Amino acid sequence: MSTSTTARPGAAANRRAASDARERSKRLRLAGVVGVLVVWLVGWLVLRGRDTLFLATGESNAFHRWLFEARERFDLMAQTNFFFETVIGGISDGLNWVVETGSETFAEAAFPRPVPEVGWLGVIALAAWVVYALAGTRMAALVTLTLLACGFLGYWADSIDTLIVTLVAVALCVLIGLPMAIMMSRSRRLTTIFTPVLDAMQTTPPLAYLAPLALVFGIGAPAAVMVTLIFALPPLVRIAAHGLRTVSPTSVEAANSMGSTKWQTLRSVQLPMARRTIIVGLNQTTMAALSMVTIAALISGPGLGQPVIQALSTLDVGAASVAGLCIVIIAIMLDRVTTAASEFGEAAARARRNVRRRRLVLAGSAVAVVVAVVLSRLYLQVAAFPTSPNLGAVLADWAAVAQAGFVDAVGGVTLAIKNFISFQLLNPLESMLGDTPWWLMSAVIVALAALLGGVRALLPTVVCIAIILGTGLWHDTMLTLAMTLVATIVVMLLGLAVGVWMGRSRRVDTAIRPILDALQTIPPFVYLVPAVALFNVGRFTAIVAAVAFAAPAAIKIIADGIRGVSATTVEAAESSGSTRLQMIGKVQLPMARGSVVLAANQGLLLVLSMVVIGGMVGGGSLGFLVVTGFSQLEDFGKGLAASIAIVALGVMLDRITKHTAARFGRVDTG
Amino acid sequence: MRRMNRRAGRMAGLAAVACLVLAGCGGGNIESADAPAGASECDDELNMAINPWVGYEASAHVVGYVARTELGCEVEYKPLKEELAWQGFGSGEVDVVIENWGHADLKKKYIQDQKTGMVVGPTGNTGIIGWYVPPWLAKAHPEVLNWKNLNKFSQEFATSESGGQGQLLDGDPSFVTNDEALVKNLNLDFKVVYAGSEPALIQAFRQAEANKDWMIGYFYEPQWLFEELPLKQVQLPPYKAGCDANAEQVDCEYPTYNLDKIASREYIEAGSPGAKLVENFKWTNADQNVVAGYIAQDGMSPEAAAEKWVKANMDKVQKWLPAE
Repeated sequence: MSTSTTARPGAAANRRAASDARERSKRLRLAGVVGVLVVWLVGWLVLRGRDTLFLATGESNAFHRWLFEARERFDLMAQTNFFFETVIGGISDGLNWVVETGSETFAEAAFPRPVPEVGWLGVIALAAWVVYALAGTRMAALVTLTLLACGFLGYWADSIDTLIVTLVAVALCVLIGLPMAIMMSRSRRLTTIFTPVLDAMQTTPPLAYLAPLALVFGIGAPAAVMVTLIFALPPLVRIAAHGLRTVSPTSVEAANSMGSTKWQTLRSVQLPMARRTIIVGLNQTTMAALSMVTIAALISGPGLGQPVIQALSTLDVGAASVAGLCIVIIAIMLDRVTTAASEFGEAAARARRNVRRRRLVLAGSAVAVVVAVVLSRLYLQVAAFPTSPNLGAVLADWAAVAQAGFVDAVGGVTLAIKNFISFQLLNPLESMLGDTPWWLMSAVIVALAALLGGVRALLPTVVCIAIILGTGLWHDTMLTLAMTLVATIVVMLLGLAVGVWMGRSRRVDTAIRPILDALQTIPPFVYLVPAVALFNVGRFTAIVAAVAFAAPAAIKIIADGIRGVSATTVEAAESSGSTRLQMIGKVQLPMARGSVVLAANQGLLLVLSMVVIGGMVGGGSLGFLVVTGFSQLEDFGKGLAASIAIVALGVMLDRITKHTAARFGRVDTG
Repeated sequence: MRRMNRRAGRMAGLAAVACLVLAGCGGGNIESADAPAGASECDDELNMAINPWVGYEASAHVVGYVARTELGCEVEYKPLKEELAWQGFGSGEVDVVIENWGHADLKKKYIQDQKTGMVVGPTGNTGIIGWYVPPWLAKAHPEVLNWKNLNKFSQEFATSESGGQGQLLDGDPSFVTNDEALVKNLNLDFKVVYAGSEPALIQAFRQAEANKDWMIGYFYEPQWLFEELPLKQVQLPPYKAGCDANAEQVDCEYPTYNLDKIASREYIEAGSPGAKLVENFKWTNADQNVVAGYIAQDGMSPEAAAEKWVKANMDKVQKWLPAE
């Protein structure tokens, strides 16, 4: 607290006056928020059920029919149009060739051979060698173990296919994303143009555009790569642009003054200095690409998504879990390898001592790799992955038994929780949001946005509300908003509890982090069935799925924030005799406020990205409309409209929380 | 570092060349897959869509297995939802949809307008759509099996999702439903709640049976679940021709579907043995349930399930094979 005596009373008085003014405006705004809430409550009590813009599930409006007809026209055009035939057709054929060749070389039988060109021994040797060259011995060992594990779990070919599709998509992301990032780092105009596009790419549910995409690019690998590309590109562009922008201007100026051209400066100064950040972006992009594996399987994309989807059709939780586990360990492997590669490259650049020895090892091991590849072409034992021991079958049985036992043990309790939250929290909130007349409700949202986020939040909010109204799905959007808010509250409660716990203890962190990694990478399809078993079909089950997916990110962000609180502050508080609760509530959390706000923002967006998955377990509203639009041709228009509403809702919530955080939390809005 | 990388790169190049050379010369013990007897006959690859339900999978893999082993066709399975599968007729990525439930909209778009697909006759299976309750409920309260009594029990069927009314659980968005109109036109005190996927719907029925919960939901036959859980159908007002003509005024049960086979026009017109097999294929609900049961209950792979059934039913299979 600023009770320090100052030599200049005038300055102190000024400061006090300024802080008083801030305090006053803060109080004023708070009063404004309370006022808006009261108006809302009264309006709801009086006008409940009027002008709700309710649209029954089976009904559609002119806009939905227009979208449907646009799709029909597009379909017709895509089949006869020159551009689609040659340009897109060429891209599609090229992608198909790359993936198919890769698959026949490393994964699937290359007809008429009963096995791929290179058998499992050769593939593992090649992969380990490449990773050894890029990231060192430990990572080479990790790759070997991971690939062997996937093989013995029974998904050798699917795992390698997944890796091939992921690598092709990530390579394309780099080819397209890096130039975009460079352009964005140099031009504010381009940044303002690209940002909403990137937002839409990340938040539009892929189910909305999967069918037209498959028509244009072709069912299978090409469309799978494209859908992955759309979803995975934004993190790389954003993070790399941020990295390039923050390269110290002095270095750039120094290079310029030495007469470097723009291209030279970029190559020799900016790119190397932003390298670490770019790799972080690459890492995020890789993770995002991997998370599209199951979605890609819906358009017959090769890889581990197919066994997951297939197992789900017989509700075979065991088999789905095992295939999901393969995805998880591949994700963890790729995460660790890309991270290690960035550090390894730097370390190698600095230490030149062992270069000679390394070269020798690389050359020697290259010979071993060649031998392994040749052997794997010649002998079936090292070409076709052994089917026994089949760890996958054993593990699948365990998973199924464990699931059933868990459901039996806690089933009653979970249903009680579901009923409590549904009746006490969800139903009232849903009624307040959905049954208030649309004009009052949108006024309330706009007013709250202006009071909390200021003018900069006001404009996007107005635009997004207009878009939502334009889709004709206002009522459904409000129901989705209610679910999103409840889920975010649960995410934040979990984030605060577990995040603080982890942030205060390294041991706890080490124990919990792998679980969080697994929850973030396991395809949600895997836990849909147990979730329904525990909570029955309904909105709460959708909330549970969203929380399972979003909470890990919030927990990690808060834990990092707590750990980032300076050690001296903590020691000072300790020495003044704070209890543990005081320490958390009065010192650590307030100091980590920025992280808490960031966690809320990310939690909200991740929850929203699960709306569609929620629609598959009874979440209803927008998520269900998207699912239906994907399944039924006639409902395509309404499904697309629902996707647009989801994007608008996401952008609106993002801008409101970001600008609110900027004003109250004093955090970097990125 | 750069120099080292270049060196490594060269090394890799050398290794790759060596691989190819060695591999080219080497004649190991891996032989090419045996071409089945009739390989020369079947020059057309069969691209079989796999729509996401087990009964479909059973039919598809039985046909695929016969095409591969008896006719020597190369068969490729493509897991796809209905609409995407039909879309593939035009590009040649999909040749056959072996089990189709109605889908007048798709027939209009791809058969009438685009002319890329065609109907190649019935599968012999009949599809029933309706409202079902778990077996325990049908036994304990047989009254619920008639729609006229449903309102008496609407409170028993209520859940946190149904807003004070009874809950009618609808499921897989792939199936057309008239349920909202039915509830309205039959004056039922029920609300349609959408489970959103087949797995969610099936799991809900399982839980309801296990916990003796009240539940009524939209379901269909043939479906493998009936082997495990014989759901009982609720009687709705009988179907009369035209009673479902206007979607908003439907007040009768769903019609019985004669499931049919849809194929790419190009594929059928090329007339390969595979195409003939698809045209001839026909079996019963009981046949399909056996194979679906192998897959869903016994956990067999679809391929193994098809093999088991085909080997035990060669007499039926013989009738599907094209005449020499």
